[in-house]
Amino acid sequence: MLEFTRLRRNLKKDFNGFKTVRVAILSDSSSQLLHQALKGHGYDRQLNYDIYEADYDQIEQQIFNPASELYDFAPELIIIAKNTHALLDRFYNTSISGRNGFAKKAAYDIQSLINKINGQLSAKIILFNFQEIDDKVFGNYANNLAHSFLYQVRKLNVLLMEEAQMQKALFICDLQQLTMLHGFHSALDNKTYINADQSWSLEFLPLIAKNISAIIESINGNFKKCLVLDLDNTLWGGVIGDDGLEGIQIGSLGIGKAFTLLQKWVKELKKRGIIICVCSKNIESVAKEVFEKHPEMILRPDDIAVFAVNWDNKVDNIHFIKSTLNIGFDSMVFLDDSAFERTMVKEAIPALEVPSLPEDPADYLPYLQSLNLFETSSYTMEDEHRTCLYKEEAERLSLQKVYQNEDEFLKTLQMEAEIAPVNTFTIPRAAQLSQRSNQFNLRTVRYTEADLEKIAHSPGYISFTVRLKDKFGDNGIISLIILKKDAQPSLFIETWLMSCRVLKRGVEDFILNRIVEMAATNHCETIIGEYLPSAKNALVKDHYAKLGFELEDSLWSLSVSSYKTKRAFIQNKIVQSEPA
Amino acid sequence: MEKPEILKGLVEVFDEIFENHNTTINETTTAQDIEEWDSLTNIELIVAVEKKFDIQFRSSEIETLGNVGDLRDIVFIKTAL
Repeated sequence: MLEFTRLRRNLKKDFNGFKTVRVAILSDSSSQLLHQALKGHGYDRQLNYDIYEADYDQIEQQIFNPASELYDFAPELIIIAKNTHALLDRFYNTSISGRNGFAKKAAYDIQSLINKINGQLSAKIILFNFQEIDDKVFGNYANNLAHSFLYQVRKLNVLLMEEAQMQKALFICDLQQLTMLHGFHSALDNKTYINADQSWSLEFLPLIAKNISAIIESINGNFKKCLVLDLDNTLWGGVIGDDGLEGIQIGSLGIGKAFTLLQKWVKELKKRGIIICVCSKNIESVAKEVFEKHPEMILRPDDIAVFAVNWDNKVDNIHFIKSTLNIGFDSMVFLDDSAFERTMVKEAIPALEVPSLPEDPADYLPYLQSLNLFETSSYTMEDEHRTCLYKEEAERLSLQKVYQNEDEFLKTLQMEAEIAPVNTFTIPRAAQLSQRSNQFNLRTVRYTEADLEKIAHSPGYISFTVRLKDKFGDNGIISLIILKKDAQPSLFIETWLMSCRVLKRGVEDFILNRIVEMAATNHCETIIGEYLPSAKNALVKDHYAKLGFELEDSLWSLSVSSYKTKRAFIQNKIVQSEPA
Repeated sequence: MEKPEILKGLVEVFDEIFENHNTTINETTTAQDIEEWDSLTNIELIVAVEKKFDIQFRSSEIETLGNVGDLRDIVFIKTAL
């Protein structure tokens, strides 16, 4: 059966109980098939895409008319699917003298669309870039000419990247890359383009749908955080226990090169913030020696957050890694060359992503890249240090075992917290935390950077981040608090989220002390908290009860005047608001 | 490939694309007989038939299709080449 047919048949299935995501599709060509593919793919991902599809070629009308169906529908996401064929047609209608500036003009028009949407909705925008069709009017010489379509369409794609770097709510669906990966000829269907103005082939549409969904899911906080690696014949060729340090294959010779390339890629992922762990059946000291001593190894001991090397079964080891890192199985990827191990692990932990590595190590890396496993919707400089943070956490855990008394232990940590308003410097990390945090997150509200900018400038909100340092290092920003001033006057805790790395350190008590202070300063007598259960936040079910809030009609309330400041072993450092 | 065999293959494609169509598909079946058979599912149908029989239709051939018999005859000619 065609994959497209399978997806379309999903439309008749029961979407009950799936999370609903409201999406608008605007396109300058036929979009019914894209609509069906996306809706059907949603079923596979247990998402109910509630889709408003605008009439054919109504992008501008829908966006510039403030009373349009688009604004009526108020989507969370707007997909703008522009088509290269339509762009080419517009290009041909441009005078030769105007063609040098064609890309700039087209980018400007798109920018106007985005600004208009931003003014009216807080929706995220997913914009298709353009398939770089060469009309072969000039052949290769198109590269030499600023007024060729090839030059202008490539330039336009770069201008869209620049726009996306400026606009926090804008995400590019990279159709050009997808086309390159899939092959130009099978991505386009000339017949349906001519007969129905629908140029993406049935084969290609499911891939577009998958790509869009990956962007949407990462915006909604569902993405991979951790890569767990087997060693023998996965990270290097051969078996270290049998072949020894000199016998394993890695480096520039023969098949060793395939493993070197894979390791280089893993190292880049680590720099991007993916936590790298090892899970292998080996003697620990023998395996570690490779990381420490082999001259060709790219990955070194510092790159690995958790080293689970022993003769226990891999399912147990992956459970151990998960609980050490405090993340969900659905945010982990496991690489192993053995189909047997993969099957065993996948059966025991279905939520885990377990790619079926090809037989030939030469195919490992291209295959993994083609899966696009590590989609993300944010990046901050702190990401680079994530593996390091988790290593420090492992050290803290071992120190904790030494101290019987918890207070005693907390004192020795010499913790220092920095409270900073949500501002230009903290927004990127704060937005990212709101997207990543699932467990210690009372209401699981996801904010983009644009959302947080609005909140930071609104007098109706008090918002701050907490950075925590201790004698082992800087944990970075670990908490985001957003308080909404209500009429009563009371303070409603719209968001309280924390990184799970800093659990059981009294940070909750410390933060509540600060919230109460802020309530008092703002003449609020009551603080209202709310717990909205999600699939992953059972950890904080009793959060407000533990802190002394009282339950009233599903909301938790705390009196400011009768509050007794809680003891916390954290020094308070206040950072004043944003420098000019 | 013989015509009855082609028809059998076509029925398989129809069963995939039009679930529970409750129609006995034969030479005289047209888009009127199957509720879901519209311009959109027709795109799917054509691509699926092309794939099944490893052939390529021309746009003009798709336009002149009247019923399943016509479709079978075109497949017959193309697979015979």
